[in-house]
Amino acid sequence: MKPESIYFFGTCLIDLIYPKAGVSAVQLLQREGVKVIYPQAQTCCGQPAWNSGYRNEARKVARAQIQLFPKNIPIVIPSGSCAGMMKTHYPELFKGEPDEADALKVANRVYELTEFLVDVLKVQLQDLGQAVEVAVHTSCSARREMGVADKIEQLLGQLSNVDVKEQAYKAECCGFGGTFAVKQPEISAAMVTDKTQHIRATGAAQLVSQDCGCLMNISGAFAYQAEHEGKSAPKAQHIAEFLWERTHG
Amino acid sequence: MSKARANILQRLTAVERPVVDLSARESLSRFDWDKAERIRRFTERMQAVRAEVHQADRANWLDTVATICQQKGLNNLLLSPTTEWGQAITQNAERFPTLKYYERSIEDWKQEMFYEVDAGLTSTLGGIAETGTLILWSSPDEPRTLSLVPPIHIAILETDKLYSTFAEAVQEQGWLEQGLPTNALLISGPSRSADIAQVLAYGVHGPKELVVVLV
Amino acid sequence: MAKPTEFRVDVEKALGKTEIRAHFRKAMDTLMINRRNQFPDDAALQALRTQAQAIRANALSKLPELLQQLETNLIKNGVQVHWAETTDEANQIVLGIMQKHNAKSIIKGKSMVSEEMGLNHFLEERGIEALESDLGEFIIQLDGETPSHIIMPAIHKSKEQISALFHEKFPDIPYTDNVDELTASARRILRDKFYAAPVGLSGVNFAVAETGTLCLVENEGNGRMSTTIPPVHIAVTGIEKVVEKLSDIPSLLSILPRSATGQPITTYFNMISGPRKPDEKDGPTEVHLVLLDNGRSRIYSDPELLATLRCIRCGACINHCPVYVRIGGHSYGTVYPGPIGTILEPQKSGLSVHGELIQASSLCGACGEVCPVRIPIPNIINRLRYDSVRKDTENTPTQEAGTRRKSLEAATWKAWSWAASTPSVYNFGSKTATQLRGLVPNNLGAWTSVRSAPKLAEQTLHQQLKTLGVDHE
Repeated sequence: MKPESIYFFGTCLIDLIYPKAGVSAVQLLQREGVKVIYPQAQTCCGQPAWNSGYRNEARKVARAQIQLFPKNIPIVIPSGSCAGMMKTHYPELFKGEPDEADALKVANRVYELTEFLVDVLKVQLQDLGQAVEVAVHTSCSARREMGVADKIEQLLGQLSNVDVKEQAYKAECCGFGGTFAVKQPEISAAMVTDKTQHIRATGAAQLVSQDCGCLMNISGAFAYQAEHEGKSAPKAQHIAEFLWERTHG
Repeated sequence: MSKARANILQRLTAVERPVVDLSARESLSRFDWDKAERIRRFTERMQAVRAEVHQADRANWLDTVATICQQKGLNNLLLSPTTEWGQAITQNAERFPTLKYYERSIEDWKQEMFYEVDAGLTSTLGGIAETGTLILWSSPDEPRTLSLVPPIHIAILETDKLYSTFAEAVQEQGWLEQGLPTNALLISGPSRSADIAQVLAYGVHGPKELVVVLV
Repeated sequence: MAKPTEFRVDVEKALGKTEIRAHFRKAMDTLMINRRNQFPDDAALQALRTQAQAIRANALSKLPELLQQLETNLIKNGVQVHWAETTDEANQIVLGIMQKHNAKSIIKGKSMVSEEMGLNHFLEERGIEALESDLGEFIIQLDGETPSHIIMPAIHKSKEQISALFHEKFPDIPYTDNVDELTASARRILRDKFYAAPVGLSGVNFAVAETGTLCLVENEGNGRMSTTIPPVHIAVTGIEKVVEKLSDIPSLLSILPRSATGQPITTYFNMISGPRKPDEKDGPTEVHLVLLDNGRSRIYSDPELLATLRCIRCGACINHCPVYVRIGGHSYGTVYPGPIGTILEPQKSGLSVHGELIQASSLCGACGEVCPVRIPIPNIINRLRYDSVRKDTENTPTQEAGTRRKSLEAATWKAWSWAASTPSVYNFGSKTATQLRGLVPNNLGAWTSVRSAPKLAEQTLHQQLKTLGVDHE
């Protein structure tokens, strides 16, 4: 059943670097007749500290977030990894803590954006854009933690002028991994270099993903390669931004 | 009692054990395949790993084995004289290459066993259709090396002992009730390796050829 | 920027070897495809994983009792059982058995536990020849190397390298790069060794407590030879390899080779329940089992880390790891490489030696997705990252916990957590950052070695949604 209203958790990366993706996501949700609530006190899900082993620090930040969603309505997140953090790791992070029940209440209401658009809102999209070839990068957390790997393709499948090109090693990690990119930069660089090659080889003009971490990584590598190696740089966009651009009148 | 043993067990028993969900543990894998289907699957799997499978029956299996020996140009065949198959072959010795019998401990004829035997023939306890597998139990009559050291292994499998899965064979044959032999063995093809650049090569240490005669 | 660690230096070297990298890629691609072809029905695969997990978890939950039952049944079957707390003790036990028989050489089937023990080196220092008979192990032993993969130890070597190696080590054999001929040469050389070997050694894939049975999985027949031909057979295994019942075995055997190499079953499945009986004509007259702890009982004491011990050593996590495929097995500097090594090695030897490995993961989850016994490898990596910087080190069995806590990093996370849990501070900070976006440097160290620096937005999402009048109750 379609809910009347939802909470939107925008994620810190979108807040600071990709706000357009966040605005587009809100617009897509609102267009479906859903009231979007954006608690202004939200910051970050706590994942960076959690993945770095700083659990107490992660919990402190997460604790501030779980207070922000008192109503029993869905929490929609335009990121597989932040959604995965709240849905699967909050229960671990708060295990045995006094506010464990509050954390579980949040975790159980979390949806990744594309999952919510497809499975709950059952959106019907009409393509208003020019013909374009697109490659999709599904983040590892969307694929494996959230189990929503096919949602972007389902959405793009509704767009008559969009042709999805499949790259080699599609399910392989792009090498971002949060602090991994900083702590093991050589391996991360090798991974993103391969990823950009595979995407570029499809000839797609555009890359979409549901995670801004991956986008920052892959598009950063595209831009670097364009500048230093004269290679083409496919345009990289969050799926929400891409969908909104092509479907709003 | 060793100190290591006591220390290890003491550490392990000191731990509060987790409760384990065992609901999935007992499910027994088996398939409702009729005999023809079991034979078809067994043959397909065996051939996929380059084993030879010959169909025979009670009336003509001896001819089949004799033909195999002839085609392979065997100078000799090692077998047990006491099995049903061994007895029949012995009675028709003139149709076979020189028969050698596994009658002494391996130490007494190791040189010959290692370097002069062309092929070993064994019975089997049964087969597994799903994976294309022979079941062999070592015994005084048919020791382990009979199916291991000679470059060719000829095995006779009665098709009414062909089970759908390993789990089914263990249960139907009552392995636990019988008590396991020194060496129970599943054989699913000739010896092979892909350790050199993932290229398949046969006959690394065990038999290079596996020939199954279905009876 | 801090000086790269030894691990990172090794990694960088490995990443530069394009030919070997291409070789690993091809090999892992094949293994992944082979595995996928073995599990056409995902629901059946998931059911089998759940079953295999339950079998292994059950065995671990009864581990001390099952080890004693195994011991009792093995002794009843005529097998001698030895216990070792450390690898040194295990090596001494093997040496003692060899000395009793005045044995100067040992022929080995493939055993990762013997690699863990450093057995070959230990014996060679004492004048005993330890010869590997698994084709892959034989090849790397010829070249003085260690395995780069737990299932396919010589996977890093090309056919050409192996051909050249054979020619160098066995000048009497004409040069060939024909794999069948190379294999035949190895067979001839090792046949003579099997013939003469006084002692054979093997690992154990599963040990059945109920029957006192040691199970071995293999394709070549060297495992059978090592455990059948020499008069003495010594099996070495970690204490975690025990399972309760014979009826547990078929499911594990069904999932192990399919996950490992994508074979429906291995050529041989060898179940050994004792030495040669008086009326039998072959087989060893003495069988020994060495049960090795080496940190496993410590891992056992933690309910989360315990899952590490479910491992059945199939190597699927390695085959599917995007890090392993790029850096190869040797870069890890451990006995067990890849994701399983990443969680096992720091737990075995403490965080100071191999603790950096737990950073060498993007937490992509490919390992956990394919693990046949559902070990949550990414979660355990995360847990070990916690252990490496935590302050309450008494609450974890992990050795050298907290030793990787760096004061600057810890202070940074503390400051971050304060800011990100105080909305006014966060909002002020993010707004200020976007206003000063022009000042973000283009050089962000490691990040910008292959990427352009990200650009901060002109206005945060908080600001934009406020402007758009989105509800914020």
